Amino acid sequence: MEIPSARPGEALPTNNPEPPAQSFPDNDPAPGRIEVESLYKSYETESGFREVIKDLSLSVTEGQVTAIMGPSGCGKSTLINLLAGYEKPNGGKISIDQKPVTGAGPDRLVVFQETALFPWLTTFENVAYGPKIRRELKGEKLDSVIMSLLRTVGLEDFRDKYPSQLSGGMQRRAELVRALVNRPKVMLLDEPFRGLDAMTRSLMRDYYLDLFERHKGTQVFVTSELDEGLLIADRLAIVTNRPGRIKKILDVALPRPRDESLRGSPEYLSLKAEALELLHEEALKSFKAGAVNSADFVGAYAAMG
Amino acid sequence: MLWLMIKRRLKRLPKLWRSQTLRRGIISIIGFFVIWELCARFKVPVLGAVPSPTEVALCLADQINEAYYWHSWGSSMVRILTGFVIAQILGVPLGLLLGFSRKAREIIFPLIELMRPVPPLAWVPVSVIFWPSAEMSMIFVTFLGAFFTVVLNIVEGIAAIDERYIRAASSLGASKSDIFWHVMLPASLPSVLVGMTVGMGITWCVVVAAEMIATNTGLGYLTWRGYVAGEFPMIVVGMLSIGLAGYISSGLIRRIGLMFTPWLESR
Repeated sequence: MEIPSARPGEALPTNNPEPPAQSFPDNDPAPGRIEVESLYKSYETESGFREVIKDLSLSVTEGQVTAIMGPSGCGKSTLINLLAGYEKPNGGKISIDQKPVTGAGPDRLVVFQETALFPWLTTFENVAYGPKIRRELKGEKLDSVIMSLLRTVGLEDFRDKYPSQLSGGMQRRAELVRALVNRPKVMLLDEPFRGLDAMTRSLMRDYYLDLFERHKGTQVFVTSELDEGLLIADRLAIVTNRPGRIKKILDVALPRPRDESLRGSPEYLSLKAEALELLHEEALKSFKAGAVNSADFVGAYAAMG
Repeated sequence: MLWLMIKRRLKRLPKLWRSQTLRRGIISIIGFFVIWELCARFKVPVLGAVPSPTEVALCLADQINEAYYWHSWGSSMVRILTGFVIAQILGVPLGLLLGFSRKAREIIFPLIELMRPVPPLAWVPVSVIFWPSAEMSMIFVTFLGAFFTVVLNIVEGIAAIDERYIRAASSLGASKSDIFWHVMLPASLPSVLVGMTVGMGITWCVVVAAEMIATNTGLGYLTWRGYVAGEFPMIVVGMLSIGLAGYISSGLIRRIGLMFTPWLESR
């Protein structure tokens, strides 16, 4: 299998022994398909009534990575919370494989911003929590499944460490594995690499691509880095300024496995230009509406020339 | 166990001496005693009224052989432990209930907020009238000292639990009771322990004051008796004993606490 390009700093996926092909999972469940139909979500806040998502429709195709981008405050995190079942929409429908979403469940696992590993459990216990609580796997079987996953992300020597003893990058890898071990139909990633330095971030992206290409689940990946989105995604959904709806979906038909070298290719550059233009339009609207972070998009657009 | 701890510390002493921070600390403490001794010897105004360290040391050496001295330790410790344990038995479940149930919080919390600003010491006279025996009244004020601290720390600890832990657990398939046992409880444990440590400190403040007023046993009374009888070195011996007793009990709580929260130690 092709491994993304090498970078200094941490152990690379390349250095890890290839786990036996069938060690995990016994059989991946069929990846799920999410249908979102004219979703509507509003909040009653202290500063008044606020529509966050309005008339948002989206098909998340099975076995692909759908990246979601948009100006800050456009409801990306709210969309993730609705898909995960943490919050209920005020209107519209969300279904996974034709079944309506009514609450949280292990078929849709979330990888949170920063980290949500339980601080009181070790790396191994964190990863084992899902299978244990649902009494699906135990004993040696559980142990071997988890250890083979931890090896894939270079954490086998950290199985008995607490999250506070891991670096930021290690915590994110542990969290990816904690979600993956449950063999979810869909993974929901809400800016999972936010807060990491640029080097660790691109390394994390390589680990993520490696895991995805092994296990091919449906992925919804919220990001605010265009390059991250383009390198990861099969489809890039651009969300409008608040109230958010899908402005356009770009097909990212770049060959897999992917690495940094793609960034010079003409297809990549033309996709990037198109995406930047769309994002720029929405960022300007958001900027006028007072969101400060949209200045970042304007800056990025200017740098692009 | 305590002795083993001290022994281990002593063994590390030569190595520790090389640490500048520790050297400075020791010099400052020795300096303090030297100045104190000099002040007492030369009858410096105001400060000279305090008995000198040598007088105190001699008095302490006498006291160590007195059954009465150890009896004072014993009776204070029993009051502290009884009040403190009852405060935990009632306070921890109440704190958890208030933390988890909004309804309970809305009904009970205003009452607590009403009682809490009254310092536990202000309860001493009324509890002496209220309770049939002096012993009970002292245990009661000790209990009050620890109770509110524990309850409030737990409520705040639960309110501060990061929503993401609860969401992560429910996504992974945890039921409501799983979330209580596996997320809420461990997540609030550190603040429970902080509440206990602070509560233990308050407990000692309260018991000493209560003993001075309401009884004729305990370390507080020992100190007070020194004052009444004009045995000034005795006052200082009493003060030192109370300080040491408080230090030992807080240290024990911290130690036991770390056994239950290993993830906090390994930072």
